[in-house]
Amino acid sequence: MSLSVLLMILLLGGIAAWASERINADLPRWTSIATICIAILYLLATINNLGIENLKAIPDPANSSSWLIHEKTQWIPRFGIAFELAMDGLSLLLVTLTLFLGLVAVASSWVEIQFKTGFFQANILWTLAGVTGVFLALDLFLFFLFWEVMLIPMYLLIAIWGHEKKAYAAMKFFIFTQVSGLLMLLSIMVLVWQGNLANGVYSFSYFDLLSLQLDGKLGFFLMLGFFAAFTVKLPAFPVHTWLPDAHTQAPTAGSVLLAGILLKTGAYGLLRFAIPLFPEASMKFAPIAMGLGAAGVIYGAILAFAQSDFKRLVAYSSVSHMGFVLLGLYAWNSLALQGAVMQMIAHGVSTAALFMLAGALQHRLHTRDMHQMGGLWYNMPRMGACAMFFAIASLGLPGLGNFVAEFLILAGLFAVNPWITAIAALGLITAAIYSLWMMQLTFQGEPDKDRELQDFGFREMGTMAGLVVALIWLGLYPQPVLDLAQPVLDGLQTFIGTGSGFAGAGQ
Amino acid sequence: MTAEDFQAILPLLVLAAGATVIMLQIAFARSIRLTAVITALTFVAAALSCIPAAESAPRLVTPLLQADHLALLFSALFSLAGLTTTVLSLDYMNHRGDEPEEYFLLLVLSTLGACVLAYSVHLVSLLLGMELMSVALYALIAYPDKSVLPLEAAIKYLVLSGAASATMLFGFALLYAVTGTLSFSELGEQLGNVAGSNAILLSAAGLIIAGLGFKLSLVPFHMWTPDVYEGAPSPVTGFLASVSKAAIFFALLRWFTESNIFRYTIVAEITGLIAILSMLAGNLLALQQTNLKRLLAYSSIAHMGYLLIIIMVASNPSNRALATEAGIYYLIAYTATTLAAFGVLGLISAQHTDRENVEIQHISGLFWKQPLLACLMLAALLSLAGIPLTAGFIAKFYILSAAVSGYHWLLLGSLIIGSAIGIYYYLRVVFYMTRRPDEHSYLLETPGGWHIRAISCALIASILLLGTVPQPLMEYLRSILI
Repeated sequence: MSLSVLLMILLLGGIAAWASERINADLPRWTSIATICIAILYLLATINNLGIENLKAIPDPANSSSWLIHEKTQWIPRFGIAFELAMDGLSLLLVTLTLFLGLVAVASSWVEIQFKTGFFQANILWTLAGVTGVFLALDLFLFFLFWEVMLIPMYLLIAIWGHEKKAYAAMKFFIFTQVSGLLMLLSIMVLVWQGNLANGVYSFSYFDLLSLQLDGKLGFFLMLGFFAAFTVKLPAFPVHTWLPDAHTQAPTAGSVLLAGILLKTGAYGLLRFAIPLFPEASMKFAPIAMGLGAAGVIYGAILAFAQSDFKRLVAYSSVSHMGFVLLGLYAWNSLALQGAVMQMIAHGVSTAALFMLAGALQHRLHTRDMHQMGGLWYNMPRMGACAMFFAIASLGLPGLGNFVAEFLILAGLFAVNPWITAIAALGLITAAIYSLWMMQLTFQGEPDKDRELQDFGFREMGTMAGLVVALIWLGLYPQPVLDLAQPVLDGLQTFIGTGSGFAGAGQ
Repeated sequence: MTAEDFQAILPLLVLAAGATVIMLQIAFARSIRLTAVITALTFVAAALSCIPAAESAPRLVTPLLQADHLALLFSALFSLAGLTTTVLSLDYMNHRGDEPEEYFLLLVLSTLGACVLAYSVHLVSLLLGMELMSVALYALIAYPDKSVLPLEAAIKYLVLSGAASATMLFGFALLYAVTGTLSFSELGEQLGNVAGSNAILLSAAGLIIAGLGFKLSLVPFHMWTPDVYEGAPSPVTGFLASVSKAAIFFALLRWFTESNIFRYTIVAEITGLIAILSMLAGNLLALQQTNLKRLLAYSSIAHMGYLLIIIMVASNPSNRALATEAGIYYLIAYTATTLAAFGVLGLISAQHTDRENVEIQHISGLFWKQPLLACLMLAALLSLAGIPLTAGFIAKFYILSAAVSGYHWLLLGSLIIGSAIGIYYYLRVVFYMTRRPDEHSYLLETPGGWHIRAISCALIASILLLGTVPQPLMEYLRSILI
């Protein structure tokens, strides 16, 4: 079993989807669905071969043989660059989420996209391939490559199929992520050069760089390079400003992918690279990072409440929810880290659904302005029920995935820094305000009975059902997810030296 | 001179012979097809002749020419660039000028000059190569003599380039006055004996830096660049921007290394300052351009600034090998990329005889109308912007690693800022290319034919291959640099 096959399936699927447009304009969608299904089946077969005890074993992050799957092929030996992919429980969870949301994205674009369907589907599949690559790459050069390359299909999705201000939004999105990416590239290069000085050979491998001893000041600046790239993607306050524009202007499938999985690459990068590579610098930086996280929670929520544009509201709510992830990561104890991983998945599912709803509304009403909606439940009861479900999921109703995530984060964070916990907990209240406000403006209120609107059909309800089941499962029985992530997080904490390092950092 | 000497400079001989044959052919029978075929064959033969020539390398052929593997590598590169320019010019010249045959003759001569530069280890051959290349370029720029812009550009280039050559020549004379030699290696020895600061040497350095700065269009000697790039026929602009820059930069790198000019810290400092100014000013000025040729002109100023980082890094002997390797890789990647970008502009302008279609709205929707050309342009732009999987990324990666090894934080900072600004204007072009048919109403005619498709695919492939499997070239560079 090879992880590169998984990437190849998605890449070639993209080409096939593009080519299939010549036969029939409807064919690319089916090609996409088929490609993602093949990828999911391939992934399931891979996991099936691993055996349950392997999944439970605690891996040593610095020892490649203790990972679930590890493969390495020399690529550019001149600089010690290899095509090195590896998977552990965390990557497995995120890759699964990626492919699952890929299906949702294809479904959400089914009738919306009529212009060049083949190239559209190809870009979706290439984005998925890029994101999957980010979650699997353990050579820093390869990681950076996927990190940058996944932007291009995403840029094209926004620039070609976006809404009225697509040029501005696509450009802003690309420049923000690219510039912060350049800082990370510079950090990677300096890090590798330090490795070269210490060991006498160039190596971009995660395993070689992980044990590198760095001078305190240099380590701090290098950490900032990584932190900049990842927090822009997350996005954290105050570098989140690209996100509302990009989400609002992107076609529905683009928003689903952006919110569902692209943001998670930032959180993943922090957890996998920024903190383990620079534990001491991260420890020093943790209070600031947590401060930014708490600020993001509150600021995102306040701005979400101020929006009249449905998609913009959901976008700002993402800023708020991803603030929790930043808090969880820098609290760096088992509970908080579990919560952060959980939040990545639950937020991916619930926000994907909300963006799909936003897209469906725009497709029917040709506006995203909530003041022009109201009483839509009367016209579209099925859609209203779905919206209600995901709105309350997003505000953190117990029994659904988001509640588990945020509760774990706050519980873990409390041990580290009670004051920041108290501030962040306000986010739960504000989330309730803007979520319910959104429901009141759109689906409740005085209905316009003359409005002829088509309710969700079989395809849309099917997609929604999948997302609903996922959220309920995450909320009522999150143990399988926690079990998958736990060994990885334990391994990371043992590696860095838990307790002494991070737990006291915030106090 | 022995037979082996001749073998070692085979590419130069092939190009010179090719030029003669073309001249005779034009004298007897005018036919653009025949001339183009002979030109293409000459370039192919010159590129291939580097393989037998490598057997007798390295050797010094007369005090003027050093026939080593690097010289041959660049000769092959310039010949291939000449071949590409020939193919890209075919349709363009067919629609302009009544007698387009001599155009190809000039192209061969200009390439010959570039190859001489690649061989030169003596200030005489440096000047000879540079003048041969530039004089042919004056005529190439002015070739479509029915319109105003090319003529204006040619005059501008003629006057300024002539002045720069004269300045440089004066600098060489001063150098000769102090050291009594013009050969790179002897110059190095003699300069070592001269006492620290010498007013004559300082003025020589100033004159030479100004001259080279002009030829490489570095800030503050860059003013001519956008006007000349805009006025020249697009295929010629491509040749000018890639081959002439690469040839001069390579000769400069060889000279600085062999004479160890870096021992003068003031020269290194001025180079660093010029590099920073070029990176920032080039990128900032490109932001406002709507004419693609002017945009690429400013971007080339910035790229020359990136390249100058190499000179700075090479001033430390322990990093010199890496710096040279990085510089050569960058030049190769930049040549392929620039030829591709201007090639597309030349092709979309080929059918229009009066003016070129190089405003940004002219390529609106190119992606849907001419997917192959658009893919070529996309590859070129992404490569210029330094996005992974393209040649430009590996090249920038190389420069970054060289600069990191020398801890040049200021240069690194400017490189990052410059690249960040660059993304904006490159992406804007991409955005225009992907505009939908209902957002513009511009019709575009482009020439077809197998030769266009072949050269487009070859350029895309070379940009992508240099970006994805760089190892063979890296290995080769390492093997010939040691």
